[in-house]
Amino acid sequence: MRVTLAGQDYELRPGESVLEGMARHGVRLPWVCRAGACHSCLVRVVHGDPGTGSRHGLKDAWRDRGYALACLAHPGSDLTISFADDDSTTPATLLPSRMLSPQVLLARVRPVRPVTFRPGQHVVLQGAGMARSYSIANLPAEAEHDGIAFHVRVYPSGAFSSWLARAAPGTPVTIGAPAGECCYLSTDRDGPLLLAGTGTGIAPLTAVARDALANRHRAPIVIIHGAARPQGLYLDRRQALLEPDQGHGQPAAAAGHRPVRWRACVHSRGGDIAETVAREAAALGDPGRIRAYLCGGPTSVARMRRALFMAGMSLQNIHADAFLPAVRAAAAGRTEPPGTAAPARGRPAS
Amino acid sequence: MADDISLYDRLGGAGAVRAATEIFYRKVLSDPLLERYFDDVDMDRQIAKQTAFLTMVLGGPGAYGGRDLRTAHAGLNGLDDQHVDRVIAHLSATLKELGAADPDIDSVAQVAASVRDDVLNR
Repeated sequence: MRVTLAGQDYELRPGESVLEGMARHGVRLPWVCRAGACHSCLVRVVHGDPGTGSRHGLKDAWRDRGYALACLAHPGSDLTISFADDDSTTPATLLPSRMLSPQVLLARVRPVRPVTFRPGQHVVLQGAGMARSYSIANLPAEAEHDGIAFHVRVYPSGAFSSWLARAAPGTPVTIGAPAGECCYLSTDRDGPLLLAGTGTGIAPLTAVARDALANRHRAPIVIIHGAARPQGLYLDRRQALLEPDQGHGQPAAAAGHRPVRWRACVHSRGGDIAETVAREAAALGDPGRIRAYLCGGPTSVARMRRALFMAGMSLQNIHADAFLPAVRAAAAGRTEPPGTAAPARGRPAS
Repeated sequence: MADDISLYDRLGGAGAVRAATEIFYRKVLSDPLLERYFDDVDMDRQIAKQTAFLTMVLGGPGAYGGRDLRTAHAGLNGLDDQHVDRVIAHLSATLKELGAADPDIDSVAQVAASVRDDVLNR
């Protein structure tokens, strides 16, 4: 199998994805997760069949325009590809940031042109030759005023997160195309919502909750924040629902009148996030009517998902977004094998 | 099948089979004998595969690749006939729950058993 890019032919070995094959030939496509979740390795197919799996999870509009994911592309025939259009990333600058807790940075980014996203989606942030996927923590209307907000867990040894924490306002970054389906469905205003996030996984879920409230969601909303230790609970209900953006946006005053339950689950105090979500789901009644949104580390997300599934929820009603371990991005040609992932957390998947 | 119309269609087609797959998968995950084989499995992919499998055994549309089945189970240690029997039992119980008649269930179990050698890599 042969892949042609910019007039150059590259041979693929059997079983190799386009991303792997190109990397072996020294062609570095950007990537974060290599699992079809982050959409960093988006390419446009000019000719040939990239394989059925290569468009998994892509928006219809992107499929229609011939895009595919290089990490999932196992072509059935010779393939000609081009780089994804430049319009899939947007130049932006960093706005002043602040720490929400000793470990969590509120980073804000001002794109040069509006980026259309749905609350709960994630984007790839690129800067200083690195790329990470992060969930957006605010709503589009808030982002217009305050920039697009991210809650970033800062690891001392995390290359990207510590760079972001030090970078001066005005530093250029780019924002990839928003992706992910962990989004509120306004067509489903009568079903209970169960939102459970571990660590900074709570960030996109607060956006989903505020979106639901803005859409006058009629059924109960339960938010569960899981943390390894008490200091990991960096947000409280008031911050998450009433003061989303430090005073510029509309405080969600109506929140107090809506049936929102806020629960914390701390592992070091004996809390088990999977048991907690299952218990809260049971309290919401008919599992067939609940819609769940899960974000956080892959193990927690998998355990929560399984617990909810076993509690009778259909997987189709469980929107999960697991943070995958980040690896140094290929954008600047500095790839590392996935096994040596930096401890910073990227985001992906729905 | 007892009828010209496949059990797949009589159960209600794609949507019903998807629901049946979830019931079936829940039974499999609740079974101590089988559960461990699914610890590191991506649930979405697993449900998709099991839906394709159920579609096949119920006489629904599409082709199901037995070679895939062989590859998928190749790395699983200690898999033997009792595991296959248990999976078929869960499948039968699922169909029973959904109101399928015994002759239908028997013929489905036969089709399911036909992939035994692929699953056990013989």
